[in-house]
Amino acid sequence: MSFDELLHQARVTGDFQPLVASIPYAELIGLRFQRFGKDVLFQLPKNDDNIGNPILPAIHGGVIGGFMELSASLHLLMTMETLAMPKMIDFSLDYLRAGRHQDTFAECQVWRQGSRVANVAITAWQAERVTPIATARAHFLLTR
Amino acid sequence: MPLSMKTRAERFVATLRHCQVLGLTVESANDELLTMRLPYSQQIVGNPATGVVHGGSLTTLMDTACGTAVFAMLPGFELCPTLDLRMDYMQAATPDIDLWAEARVTRIASSVVFTQCEVIQRRAEERDLIARCAATFMRIGENMTPPEFRALIEQGGSQ
Repeated sequence: MSFDELLHQARVTGDFQPLVASIPYAELIGLRFQRFGKDVLFQLPKNDDNIGNPILPAIHGGVIGGFMELSASLHLLMTMETLAMPKMIDFSLDYLRAGRHQDTFAECQVWRQGSRVANVAITAWQAERVTPIATARAHFLLTR
Repeated sequence: MPLSMKTRAERFVATLRHCQVLGLTVESANDELLTMRLPYSQQIVGNPATGVVHGGSLTTLMDTACGTAVFAMLPGFELCPTLDLRMDYMQAATPDIDLWAEARVTRIASSVVFTQCEVIQRRAEERDLIARCAATFMRIGENMTPPEFRALIEQGGSQ
C-alpha cells in the first residue's frame, strides 16, 4: 500500500500504527505512541543506537529533537484535518537536562491552527512530566 | 604534536554512537569552517511517498556539526552540552543526494559558545540551501570532562 493510501486509511480507521511503521526514520529511532481519546503520548524506548555521548551515557540531542519533530507532525495528522504530512517550517528546541539512556516521552499542544500554519509546542520528559528534558516549538505549513 | 582540528573533530564524532548509525563524517575542519556529510540513505527517509529525508536527521546533522566545531575550536578538551537549537527548513531535501553541513563558531565567551550552521545539497553547479540553524552551547569547563573521554580523543579509537 502506498504512503498516501496508508495516510487515507489511518484517517478513516483512526489506526495510525501502519502509517507510522511505514516511516523509515520513525523505525530508525524506534518511535511509538499511544492514544487516549484525543490525547496522544509518544514514546522513544531506550535504544543503544540513539546514544550520542557514550560515557554519560546520554541520548544524542539530535535524536531527542528528531523524536519531538516527528511527534509534532504525527500529532497534527492524528488530531487535525490535515490531509498530507505537514511540512516543518521551523523548530526551536531548548535542552533542559541530559537525556539519560532510558525511555523518553513526549506530548504536544497545538496552540494555534490557522488555515495555512500551525503552531505546536512539544515537551519531552523521562522520569516525570514535571521535570522535562527538553521543550520545543514548531511551525508547520499545512496542505489541504 | 598537538592534534589537528580535523583529527579532533573526527575522533569526537567517532565517540557518538548515533552518528555512526547515520554514517556522519567530518569532511574538513579549520578555524573558519567545519564541514560534515550525511549520506543519503533509506533509513532516514521521513516521507516514503517522496523519499525526502526526515527533518530529524538534519537536526542531528546540524547539532553534531555545531557541537563538533565547538569541540574542535576550543583550546582544551571541553564537552559542551547544547543549550538550544533554532532551525529553519528552507526547502525539502532532494532524495538520493548527500547532505552537507557547514558549521561556524561565531563567538566563544567564558560560559557560552555561539554557532551557526547551514545544510546544503550540491547538484552539478547548484548549491541548494536546505536548512539553517543557530545553536548555543554551554561551557562546563575542561575539568568537568571525564578522563575516559579525554583518552578517547587523545588516543583515537572509537567507542
